[in-house]
Amino acid sequence: MSAEGHDHGHDHEHEHHHKETFITKYIFSIDHKMIAKQYLISGIVMGIIGVSMSLLFRMQLAWPEESFKIFNVLLGDKWAPNGVMTNDIYLSLVTIHGTIMVFFVLTAALSGTFSNLLIPLQIGARDMASGFMNMVSYWLFFLSSIIMVSSLFVESGPANSGWTIYPPLSALPQAIGGSGMGMTLWLISMAIFIASSLMGSLNYIVTVINLRTKGMSMTRLPLTIWAFFVTAIIGVVSFPVLLSAALLLIFDRSFGTSFFLSDIYIAGEVLHYQGGSPVLFEHLFWFLGHPEVYIVLLPALGITSEVIATNSRKPIFGYRAMIMSIIAIAFLSTIVWGHHMFVSGMNPFLGSVFTFTTLLIAIPSAVKAFNYITTLWKGNLQLNPAMLFSIGLVSTFITGGLTGIILGDSTLDINVHDTYFVVAHFHLVMGISALYGMFAGIYHWFPRMFGRMLNKNLGYVHFWVTAICAYGVFFPMHFIGLAGLPRRYYTNTNFPLFDDLQNVNVLITTFALIGGAFQLVFLYNFFSSIFYGKKSVQNPWKSNTLEWTAPMEHIHGNWPGEIPEVHRWPYDYSNPNHDEDFVPQNVPMKPGEEVLHH
Amino acid sequence: MTSLLVIIVLVLLAVALWQLTKIFDLTQVGSESDSSQVASDNDNNVQGYLMFGFLAFIYIFSIYGLFTWGPLVLHTPASAHGGQVDNLMNITWVLIFIVQAITQVLLHYFAFKYRGKKDQKALYFADNNKLEAIWSVIPAVVLAGLILYGLYAWTNIMFIDEDEDTIVIELYAQQFNWTARVSGEDNVLGKANVRYIEGVNILGVDLADPYAQDDIVVKELHIPKGKKIHFKMRSQDVLHSAYMPYFRAQMNCVPGMVTEFAFEPIYTTSEYRELPYMIEKVANINAIRSKKSIELVANGKAALDPYAFDFLLLCNKICGASHYNMQMKIIVDTPEDYKAWLKQQTVLADQMKAAASPSSEDGASAADSLKAKDTMAVVKIAMK
Repeated sequence: MSAEGHDHGHDHEHEHHHKETFITKYIFSIDHKMIAKQYLISGIVMGIIGVSMSLLFRMQLAWPEESFKIFNVLLGDKWAPNGVMTNDIYLSLVTIHGTIMVFFVLTAALSGTFSNLLIPLQIGARDMASGFMNMVSYWLFFLSSIIMVSSLFVESGPANSGWTIYPPLSALPQAIGGSGMGMTLWLISMAIFIASSLMGSLNYIVTVINLRTKGMSMTRLPLTIWAFFVTAIIGVVSFPVLLSAALLLIFDRSFGTSFFLSDIYIAGEVLHYQGGSPVLFEHLFWFLGHPEVYIVLLPALGITSEVIATNSRKPIFGYRAMIMSIIAIAFLSTIVWGHHMFVSGMNPFLGSVFTFTTLLIAIPSAVKAFNYITTLWKGNLQLNPAMLFSIGLVSTFITGGLTGIILGDSTLDINVHDTYFVVAHFHLVMGISALYGMFAGIYHWFPRMFGRMLNKNLGYVHFWVTAICAYGVFFPMHFIGLAGLPRRYYTNTNFPLFDDLQNVNVLITTFALIGGAFQLVFLYNFFSSIFYGKKSVQNPWKSNTLEWTAPMEHIHGNWPGEIPEVHRWPYDYSNPNHDEDFVPQNVPMKPGEEVLHH
Repeated sequence: MTSLLVIIVLVLLAVALWQLTKIFDLTQVGSESDSSQVASDNDNNVQGYLMFGFLAFIYIFSIYGLFTWGPLVLHTPASAHGGQVDNLMNITWVLIFIVQAITQVLLHYFAFKYRGKKDQKALYFADNNKLEAIWSVIPAVVLAGLILYGLYAWTNIMFIDEDEDTIVIELYAQQFNWTARVSGEDNVLGKANVRYIEGVNILGVDLADPYAQDDIVVKELHIPKGKKIHFKMRSQDVLHSAYMPYFRAQMNCVPGMVTEFAFEPIYTTSEYRELPYMIEKVANINAIRSKKSIELVANGKAALDPYAFDFLLLCNKICGASHYNMQMKIIVDTPEDYKAWLKQQTVLADQMKAAASPSSEDGASAADSLKAKDTMAVVKIAMK
C-alpha cells in the first residue's frame, strides 16, 4: 500500500458528483472526516446520558431518600415510586454511568473522533487504510450503544453490579435484579463494542505505519498521532482479554460452566458451581481495565501536546522525551493491573510486585507534566478556549495523578481501597482530564470539522465554570474517602458514624449540578455554531500540521491534486530562522537552513 | 423542599451567568475583535488574570478544605500496624502537597506571565537533556524511597507468621450481613463448606470435624486488646469486603476461597471512645443528629437515637441492592472481659443439639426438606 494508493485528485469533482448520495455521504460514509463527526455526535449523546445519570445519583447522595419529581419523571413508578429513588436503580445508574463514560464517551468518542479526523489529515493520507472497516467500526459502535441504552428499559432493570461487573454478583440473577436480562444486554453490547474498537484500532495502526506522506518520518509525526498510534496498540493488546472474560462470564451465566464461580449458597440453595474463582475474573478484567485508563488518557494528552505547542507559539518541550514517555506509559500500563486487587485475596507477594511497577508510572507521567509546564515558559500564549482546557488538563492530571501515589502503594491502599478517595482520584486523573482533552480537541478542531468557529466567550464561560466545579466536586471527595466512606452506598444514613460527612455530600452535589448545567452552554455553542458559527479561515490557529493545508470544505481524498510533502518536524514555532512565528511542515527548508536541535 | 429551592437557585444562577455572557458579547460589538475563538490581546490579558485567579482559588479551596474537612478524616489508628500505615500516609501527603504546590504555581503563573501579546515572539526552546534528566531522576529517587518503605510495611502487615500466638476468628459474609466464628479453645476453625449449611448451622460448619466442636458462632464480635487476631474470611454468595477502617484493615471475602488478614487492636472500645478527637467527633455528630431529629419530629416521625462510637465491620465491595446496610459491631475488650464474654457463649455444636432436640419431628422434616432440595439441585444440573 502506498501513500498514493487511491489518488483521485484530478477527476475529483466528477467523481464526487455521481457517486455520493445522502446515504453514502451522511450515513454509511467511508470518509474518515464524516466518520469522525458521527463518532463525535454519538459520543455527545451518550455523554449527555452518562452525565445526567451521575447528577441523578448525586442528588440521591446529597438528599438521601428524599422525593424528587424529576426522579419519578425520568425513572418511572417502578424505580422511583413517589419520586424516591430505589436502591436497585441507584446501583444501575452508577453502573451505567461508569460504563457509558469510560467506554462509550472517553474511549470510543474520544479516540473515534480525533483518531479518525486527524490520523489521515496529519500524516498526509487520502483516507484510512480501510475506509470500509472504518465504517463498520462506527456502525458496530452505534449498535452497541443502542443495545446499552435499550438495556435501561428491561423489566428486571439494567445491569447494576458496578461497571467492573465482578462475578458472582454479575453472574447470578438471584443476587441482584440487574444481573438478569440487563446484564445479558450489557455483555452483548460490550462484546460488539470491543469488536468495533478492535477494527478501529487496527485501522489506525495500519494507517500510521503505511500511509504517511513523503518526508513524514516517525520522528516528524505530531504528538497527537503518536498518542493515537500507541493508544491503538494498547487497545489491540488488552481489549481481547476483556472480550474473553465477557465470553467466559456468558458461559458461566448461561451454560453452567464454573470459570468464575465456586461454592455458592444463595436464595436457600447450593448452586452446582465448583472450582472457579472470581479473582480470575478480576485479573482478566483489570488486564484491560488498567490499560483502559491510558486508552482514555493518552489521546487526551496527545491533543493537549498539540494544542499547548500551537498556542504557546513554541515547540513542545522535549519532543523525543514525550514520545518515550508515551511508549513507557503504554508498556507499564499493561503490567500494573494488580494494583486494583491489593485486597482481593491474591498472594501478597503479587501486591509487592504491582506496587513497584505502578509507582514506576509516576516517572514518565512526571516527565510529561514538567514538559508541558516548560512549554508554557517564555511562550506567547494564545489563551483561547482550547488552550484553557489544555492547561486545565495539566492541572487536573497533576492533582489527580499525585493521589495515585497513595492508591498505588499497597500498604496505603488497604484503607482507602473502594472508598470515595478512589472515586475522587480517578475522576480527576482520567475522567476530568480526558474530558478536558476532548473539549480542547473540539474547540481546536471544530473549524477543521465544520468549517466554522465556535463562539469564544461561550467557550470561556464553559471552561471557567467547569474548572471550578470539577475541583468543587472532586476535591472534597478525597476527604470523605479518607474518613472511610465506602463508594457505591445508596445512602449513608445507616451509619451514624458518617453523619458528619453529609454536608460535604451536599456541597459536592451542588457543584455537580452547576457544572452539569453549564455543559448546556457548550451544547448550545456546539450545535448552533455548526450552522451559524463564523466561517473559519484556512488556518485559524496558525498551526504547523498538515490538516490545515487541506481545503476547509471537505472533499474525498482530503487534498485536491498532490498530497503535500513534509520537510520538517511539526513544532517549528517561533523558529529564529523565520520571520513568521510558525513554519508549516510542508514548507521546504531554506537553502542553508539547519535543523534545530530537538 | 429545601432541595427544590436549591435547584431553583441553581437554575437562576445559570440564567444569570448566561445573561452575563451576552453582555460580554455585546461589549465587543464594533470592536475589532471577532466572535470566533481566536484570542485577541484583550482576551489573553483577561484570561491570563483569570488563570492567576484560578491559582488563588485552588490554594484557598485546598486550605479551606484542610481546615473544614481535615478533622473528618480517620485519625488515631486502633491497631498496632496502623501507626506504620498512617506514618507512610503522612510522609506521602507531605510530598504530594509539596509537588502540588510547586507545579500548580508554575503552571498557572506561566499561563499568566506569558499571556500572548501581538508582536511578541516566543523563545525557541525545544529541548534540554539536563532539565529532563533532573525531573526523571528526582521522582525516581523519591519513589524508590516510598516503594521501599511501602513494601517493608506491606510485608509486615500481610505475611502472617503461622507460629505467632494469635486468636483465629472467621468472618463470614453473606447478603447482607456478617457472622463471626471464634475458633474456641483449640484455636483451630473446623472445616466448613456451603454444602453443609442447614438450619442453625448457617456457616456450613462440618460438625464431623473434631476441630469444629468448640467453634462459637456470633453476630456481634468481641476481641481482646493487645493480642493479634488472625481473621479468616469466607463468603457464601458474592464478593464482599471486610472493611474495618479504624483498624486500617481490609480484605475481600471471596466465595470458594479463604482470605486472611491479621491485626492487633491496641485500644479497647471504651478507651477509644475517650480519645479527645473521638469525643469531639461524636459530639459533633450528635449535634447534627439532634438538629435533624427536631425536623423529623416536626414531621411526625421518630427522632434519631443519640450516637455512641463503636468499631464497625463494613462491607466495602458492592454485593447487592442492600450493600449499603451490611455491618457488624466489633467490641474490643480488655483480655479479662474478653474471657468472660467467651465463657457466656454457647458452642455451635450445643446450639445445634438444642435446635434439634425440642421436637424430633422438626428435625426429621428439616432433613426431608434438605433431601428434597438436593434432588431439585440434581434435577437442575441434569436439565442443564
